[in-house]
Amino acid sequence: MNAEYRKDLFADERSDDFDIIGKPVIRQDILGHVTGRSKFYDDHAFDGLLHMRCVRSPHHHARIRSVDSSTAERQDGVVRVLGARDVPVNTNTLLSLINFGRDDEPLLATDKVSYVGQPVLAIVATSVRAAQEAVDAVNVDYEELPHVLDVEEALKPEAPIVNDEYPNNTFDYFDTYDHQKLRFGDVETAFSRADHIVEGEYQMSPIEQAPIETCGAIAAPETNDRITVHTSTQALFFSVGVTAKQLDISSARLHFIGGTVGGGFGGKVDSHHEPLAALACLATGRPVKYMWDRAEEMQVGGPRGGERWRIKDGVMRDGRIIARAFTGFFDAGAYTRLSSYAVQKSTGHLPGPYSIPNVASNVYCVFTNRTPSTAMRGFGITAADFAIERHMDKVARAVGMDPIELRILNAYRDGDMKAHRREAKNCALIESCQAVAQKTGWSLSSDAVRASSKTGGGEGALGVIPATVTDDEGRIGERRRSGLAPEPFSGQGSRGLLPEGHSSNNSSAFGNAPQRKDMEAEVERLGFKGATGVPATLQEPADETTSGARSIVPRETAQTTHPAGARGGPSLPAAYTQRPASTINQPIAQPPARAPSTPAAQQPVTPPAADETESETATTHFQRGVRRPGVSRFISGSRRR
Amino acid sequence: MKSPVTFRLNGSETAVFVDSGANLLDVLRRGCGDLSPKYGCGQGSCGACTVLVDGEPHVSCLVLAETVAGRSVETTGGLSNGPDLHPLQRAFIEGFAAQCGYCTPGMLMAAKALLDRNPSPTRSEVEEAISGNLCRCTGYEPIIDAILEAAKQRGAA
Repeated sequence: MNAEYRKDLFADERSDDFDIIGKPVIRQDILGHVTGRSKFYDDHAFDGLLHMRCVRSPHHHARIRSVDSSTAERQDGVVRVLGARDVPVNTNTLLSLINFGRDDEPLLATDKVSYVGQPVLAIVATSVRAAQEAVDAVNVDYEELPHVLDVEEALKPEAPIVNDEYPNNTFDYFDTYDHQKLRFGDVETAFSRADHIVEGEYQMSPIEQAPIETCGAIAAPETNDRITVHTSTQALFFSVGVTAKQLDISSARLHFIGGTVGGGFGGKVDSHHEPLAALACLATGRPVKYMWDRAEEMQVGGPRGGERWRIKDGVMRDGRIIARAFTGFFDAGAYTRLSSYAVQKSTGHLPGPYSIPNVASNVYCVFTNRTPSTAMRGFGITAADFAIERHMDKVARAVGMDPIELRILNAYRDGDMKAHRREAKNCALIESCQAVAQKTGWSLSSDAVRASSKTGGGEGALGVIPATVTDDEGRIGERRRSGLAPEPFSGQGSRGLLPEGHSSNNSSAFGNAPQRKDMEAEVERLGFKGATGVPATLQEPADETTSGARSIVPRETAQTTHPAGARGGPSLPAAYTQRPASTINQPIAQPPARAPSTPAAQQPVTPPAADETESETATTHFQRGVRRPGVSRFISGSRRR
Repeated sequence: MKSPVTFRLNGSETAVFVDSGANLLDVLRRGCGDLSPKYGCGQGSCGACTVLVDGEPHVSCLVLAETVAGRSVETTGGLSNGPDLHPLQRAFIEGFAAQCGYCTPGMLMAAKALLDRNPSPTRSEVEEAISGNLCRCTGYEPIIDAILEAAKQRGAA
């Protein structure tokens, strides 16, 4: 073993008497692996095993006019043809097991298909070949519908509705909000004070997990009225719960055996094979195997969702990042699965491992007619990190600074307040950067070499929660700013998509701005020290050494002049130069212009309140995404109302 | 239409009825009950189903079962001699050369074909020998190390 342990780092935070770590321990399952005796789900033999293949959509988006399987049903070897009506509870969403999100995905398509490869019928036959020949004999009459494959195209008013459960093409958080929002401090004011504005856009493709073992399950009847299911699932209890729900039977009748997985990487959590195999087992009384072939694994298997990120940084000449704003679009594909959670996770990860006193983000979980995406190794984090770290390099070029030193300068330190109102603890980015530089022979300045995660944390404004901008309804990060202090709730303003039974015209739907109450509580609980009404960053004098960010080395050990600032302002590309003061109140990103009219068939748009229309071009925060005239764009539901 | 096929499987005479057009992988797994070769792609691109036919590595998903009549087939299921592991198996265990284990039987067969032909291969010869076998848990380095280690152990024995 050639692992290296840096015992000089954080020695007081951990024990050194490891008796497992650092020593080779033979894997308990490896004898089975090298003798070929490990039992993967397909390594269980059954007499009279039936095989299942699915009739799949050839279209991105189409209405199903009719399905004719009469020829297929008469073919040799065909035992049973299953359709949507044969599934007791056909519609499900994976996270319904924890009451998160609405059931939006049919096990077998009912009236329309929303991605290429979506299953329409499941055919059970005595051999794979007989099942496939029956699949080929099914005639489905499709009426092709317009489709959308790009996240931002999907947010335009004229975009086709991908998922009927979410007609805005965005996942509705708490049935109300069409995105996840993070606000910390006041990015707009900070941008106006920044020496440079650095913007970037980053796109990450969907990625197929491509396990060597394809996904599948075998369901076999037991003699005690139970069903045994051998499965490749990564999430055995998800699969049990989903199967019990969709078959509408007690989970006590389901005997699931798994755990030996031929590679999963996230692609084996979706729990679609087990319900179909168990359903076919109930319908035929025989063991049934539903196994994807390689082509299905690649085409139908849920990939890591594609993500698009825009980042805008406000950077001082010496490399300190004083503001960072994100807009993110997570491509969920046609159905939710785990994408709603991925967006929460990515929002919880921003702004990366850096202490930035002003942060804003809007992240959308968007439905498109792509293959529904699902888990894969850190999904929700990896693409955001890719974007953040690419952007850090761009910032380094913009200010003419060493990229590793830029990271050390801006890194979290113990005691810093994170954008999530929690204190940073056990930080190690600085030490990691130093180790990377050392190992690669990268020379760092003496200040960067002396920096430590354990000193300098919480200096200046970095240790407290800044006042966060609210709108005149008390909401965080809404487009119209009315200052920082809570104002009386006007009782008017935007309303969004509400659960059934609520009237969208009910002015008390949001009560008396409960979010403002939360903010007050949080200010007291977490000890905001700033005077009400004025952001902390504005109270500071212009002197940079006290203006809410620290130098690379804590003040008590720093040289008299700021080390990085001494580099002066190198010549910069025009795009990075300071913005004229007249432009700083413009929106961070202008939404694409679009026709104000909505299709005639749709319900009329609620007339906008007068005070909102006039502010349409006033100071705005993040405006990327759905632009709905007259209604707050951060509340769902109005795009199609 | 089934026809009888007789061949040696891991040293034992074996007879099995096969469907015309059946591939060797299905016949080994379902007809003979040897579940050690794995299905990964059915297209000969992943190598998880690699077996030796007369000592040569073949992807069994692309071998017509009837063509092995009268020949010798070796699989990972026959690699150890009872409880005594083959040097390759020992080296894979000690070198942590398996993670999920799904590609391992194919890797072992490709490595065995190499070592039977070339008892002391270079690193690049090992890489070439397993170039038809995909590992998705990204374990190529420990696998290559283990095969080299097995060659060394066999040379010393």
